[in-house]
Amino acid sequence: MADVVIASQAKPQFREASAWDQLKHNRNWLGFWFMLPAMAFLIFFLAYPLGLGIWLSFTDTRIGRVGQFIGTENYEWLWDDAIFWLSVFNTLLYTFVASALKFAIGLYLALLLNENMPFKAMLRAMVLIPFIVPTVLSALAFWWIFDSQFSIISWSLKHLGLISQNINFLGDTTWARICVIFANIWRGVPFVAITLLAGLQTVSPSLYEAATLDGATRWQNFRYITYPLLTPIIAVVMTFSVLFTFTDFQLIWAMTRGGPVNATHLMATLSYQRAIIAGQLGEGAAISSAMIPFLLAAIMVSWFGLQRRKWQQGENND
Amino acid sequence: MTDLPASKVDLKTVLSTPARADHSEGMSYLQSVPRRIVTLYLPLTIIVVVLLFPFYWMALTSVKPDEQLLDLDKYNPFWTWNPTFKHFHKLLFESYYPHWLWNTMYVAVCATVLSIIASVLAAYAIVRLRYKGANLVGGLIFLAYLVPPSILFIPLATVVFQYGLFDSPMALILTYPTILIPFSTWLLMGYFKTIPFELEECALIDGASRWQILIKIVLPLAIPGLISAFIFCFTLCWNEFIYALTFLQSTSNKTVPVAIVNEFVDGDIYRWGSLMAGALAGSLPLVILYAFFVEHYVSAMTGAVKE
Repeated sequence: MADVVIASQAKPQFREASAWDQLKHNRNWLGFWFMLPAMAFLIFFLAYPLGLGIWLSFTDTRIGRVGQFIGTENYEWLWDDAIFWLSVFNTLLYTFVASALKFAIGLYLALLLNENMPFKAMLRAMVLIPFIVPTVLSALAFWWIFDSQFSIISWSLKHLGLISQNINFLGDTTWARICVIFANIWRGVPFVAITLLAGLQTVSPSLYEAATLDGATRWQNFRYITYPLLTPIIAVVMTFSVLFTFTDFQLIWAMTRGGPVNATHLMATLSYQRAIIAGQLGEGAAISSAMIPFLLAAIMVSWFGLQRRKWQQGENND
Repeated sequence: MTDLPASKVDLKTVLSTPARADHSEGMSYLQSVPRRIVTLYLPLTIIVVVLLFPFYWMALTSVKPDEQLLDLDKYNPFWTWNPTFKHFHKLLFESYYPHWLWNTMYVAVCATVLSIIASVLAAYAIVRLRYKGANLVGGLIFLAYLVPPSILFIPLATVVFQYGLFDSPMALILTYPTILIPFSTWLLMGYFKTIPFELEECALIDGASRWQILIKIVLPLAIPGLISAFIFCFTLCWNEFIYALTFLQSTSNKTVPVAIVNEFVDGDIYRWGSLMAGALAGSLPLVILYAFFVEHYVSAMTGAVKE
């Protein structure tokens, strides 16, 4: 009798899981529901446009007109286009010089900020301000600072007696390149410095004490303790830095719009000019697709750099 | 009797020297003061002055009267004794500036909220549900972070046009999350990993569903991470330029960065005052926000990089 009661009560609890239960409780289905919003955004507005962009680069689409497939004609056209190659050269120069200097100055600044001194917290907070302010707005400030007639730099140099005439900062090709690179460095250094500082703070001071007791100089401290321990974070920071410098658009657009005589045109600004202003969407898409191999190369370099160093840290892949 | 005061003093100095100071001073006592000035304070001052000078210049220009702006011989350009708010007045009452500010704020808040909701769900699923292929999806999301807007804006322009979103704030609200979601998902994954899963196991045993666990246990514990993600996303939205430049056309719909570059740059030789006033007014909200949440900014920046 008792057996029957128990059996009849227990039975409903072991019923087969219905399809609805599966959807509600199965780990994989739950995961799917949780991922749905993020995935929807990323598929519709990132993955799909990425593919569409590559497709567009093989068509002659214009604004307001659906294009035909024309094979690699856009790329062949670009291959013979001197302005395109100039923009590739500019982009590489801009990325290389700005990233190298950002790294050097950023690391130096991080080492300085890591020292013990009064108002440390406030200084760190102030250093990050250029990174917070919208790029375009600070670029406008630089535009004014580098004005051809009323530049404060020209004024100061003239009053110091170093130059006799105003420097035409944004009108001369060499000066214009120097100016945009300077503005980019100015904007990027805080990011590099603060992230490297976070890495520096994880280095145990006892390592330096031990090394100093053994007679290591400050340079040796840096070269054989700080630098190896920082390498992983340097790899990540520099990947981001290179990536964002390479695809920079707003700084150039606000300061020079690619001028004078295309000396500061980057691939991103050139593709905007061709695609949106001139309306040649296909050609613009070809220029921006041409950036992809460079970006992949940059990611690969830093990725393998990171992998090689990981065993030193003694951590497994996290 | 005589050695008692001595021992007392000894004890006092030992006690009054805080252990903290001893540790944080590190090895800096090895350096002499002049050497410290040359190797530390001098370069630091130069760098900080260069980093902050453009803001000083921006602020000074925005309050200078017009005649002082362009006459560099009669007036010292580095200071002004009779500041004017004429440029700000012009900005607020004779232009669309309040409109633009409102547009920027509206787009930034909506896009940020949408992205945070999507990222919380995604990050929780990747870290804690560990469904099949979770690691792969995590890697793909990181890769999505590396796709820059400047290779997406052309195809996105056609997509936006097809969906009939062109020249509406919705175009930005729906496209900004592609920049924000990868970043904030990675940031939140880091935070969720630090929450002990024993808490969740207890809740599961007590019969809580995954949804209840997320809302009642995980989110309250992850509030610092949420604030970091929110502020950082907000800043990124405010800073975004190329999408806003491409997808918006009518003057009244523009966001601050685009509007200043396009609408204020006319032939007027006296434009600098209002241009700088506009730039300053557009940066101030972010700088104020930053001043209150410095720690969160730094943890957002370094958190996303460390992972």
